[in-house]
Amino acid sequence: MASLDDLKKRIASVKSTQKITKAMKMVAAAKLRRAQESAEKGRPYSEKMNNVILNLSNGISDKENAPKLLSGTGQEKTHLCVVMTSDRGLCGGFNSNIIKKAKSYFAKILDEGKELKIITVGSKGNDQLKRVYGDKIIENISFKESKNANYFDADKVGKMVIEKFEVGEFDVCTIFYNQFKNVITQIPQAQQIIPLNNEGEETSSEESYEFEPDEDEILSNLLPKNISTQIFKAMLENSASEQGSRMSAMDNATRNAGEMVDKLTIEYNRSRQAAITKELIEIISGAESL
Amino acid sequence: MSEEFKVEIVNPEKSFLVKDDVSEVVVPAFEGEMGILKDHISIISFLKPGIIKILSKSGDENYYVEDGIVEFKNNNLSILTSTIFNLDDMDKSKHQDLLKQAEVEANKTDINDQSKYLADQKVEVLKTLN
Repeated sequence: MASLDDLKKRIASVKSTQKITKAMKMVAAAKLRRAQESAEKGRPYSEKMNNVILNLSNGISDKENAPKLLSGTGQEKTHLCVVMTSDRGLCGGFNSNIIKKAKSYFAKILDEGKELKIITVGSKGNDQLKRVYGDKIIENISFKESKNANYFDADKVGKMVIEKFEVGEFDVCTIFYNQFKNVITQIPQAQQIIPLNNEGEETSSEESYEFEPDEDEILSNLLPKNISTQIFKAMLENSASEQGSRMSAMDNATRNAGEMVDKLTIEYNRSRQAAITKELIEIISGAESL
Repeated sequence: MSEEFKVEIVNPEKSFLVKDDVSEVVVPAFEGEMGILKDHISIISFLKPGIIKILSKSGDENYYVEDGIVEFKNNNLSILTSTIFNLDDMDKSKHQDLLKQAEVEANKTDINDQSKYLADQKVEVLKTLN
């Protein structure tokens, strides 16, 4: 059994860990609020963008000659996966959930005999994926230096994806991120962004638009922007999810540390009492023998 | 009958401006400036670098944009843009920064005609603001 001194030390160490996790929880809570706000503020843009594109693609007369970003290259041989994770750990299952989702998708693609290419955004995803899929990772981006998710960063990723698409490096592009539902629930998502699939979404309005210049030109201008917008949306959702996930993870850790302190304190008290009892018995039996 | 309609400007980070007492908006559409009044036909177009003028009862406002899309439908004008600045808030140094950036871009030789054209536009517009 551990000595009294050892127990005392352990209690102190658990208590200081608890302090750290508690502080991290509060920081995450504050950041979460901000991240959630910006995720909500960013929604109108991506929704509007989607609407316009939907209206446009419905209006397009010549499906054959539609821009490739919309209709695809006509084959599905090479898949590009953009896996978006965080740059920092200690956020519960946040990163593992995305990775798990991505890995099952990778396995499916490889089973079908298709080619796989991976871009990782965020260093944690890269760390976890490079062991198994190291040779498939073609690019690793991380935005450690930018404090909040911003459009400029998303645009960089978007431009890179489009560049690769234009030189024919891949046919289908899917992004992986965590969708923020609430603090305890984040849903890992796989969203296909190239070619754009807008199945099941029909605009109710039959209204015809006037286009200036023509549809094709607007579409080919708009679609690349949409890629960046979708990536930006994913980044916003991701940062809110990360903070939420970290907050609940740290909350759990704080609670566990509290339980541990309680348990250790009881053990400490018991062994102290045992020592006292032992001493008393020794004194009494010593006195009796006289 | 009122001659006013609603305008909404959004950028990726937030809803930039919402106004519903606007009488006219002039946008720098790709093929030339375009004035939009109430009951304009539904239209989708995209923007080149330039100045958005918003005329309303509560005063006129001017914004500098670098790109974007405009959609007008049912007397709702939506402008989606990634770079927008209110001219009133733009000071000299900011202006100089933008101009310098645009000039660097315009002087690149390895860009295609369209981006070259857009960069030239930027320089031109920024110069007139001086």
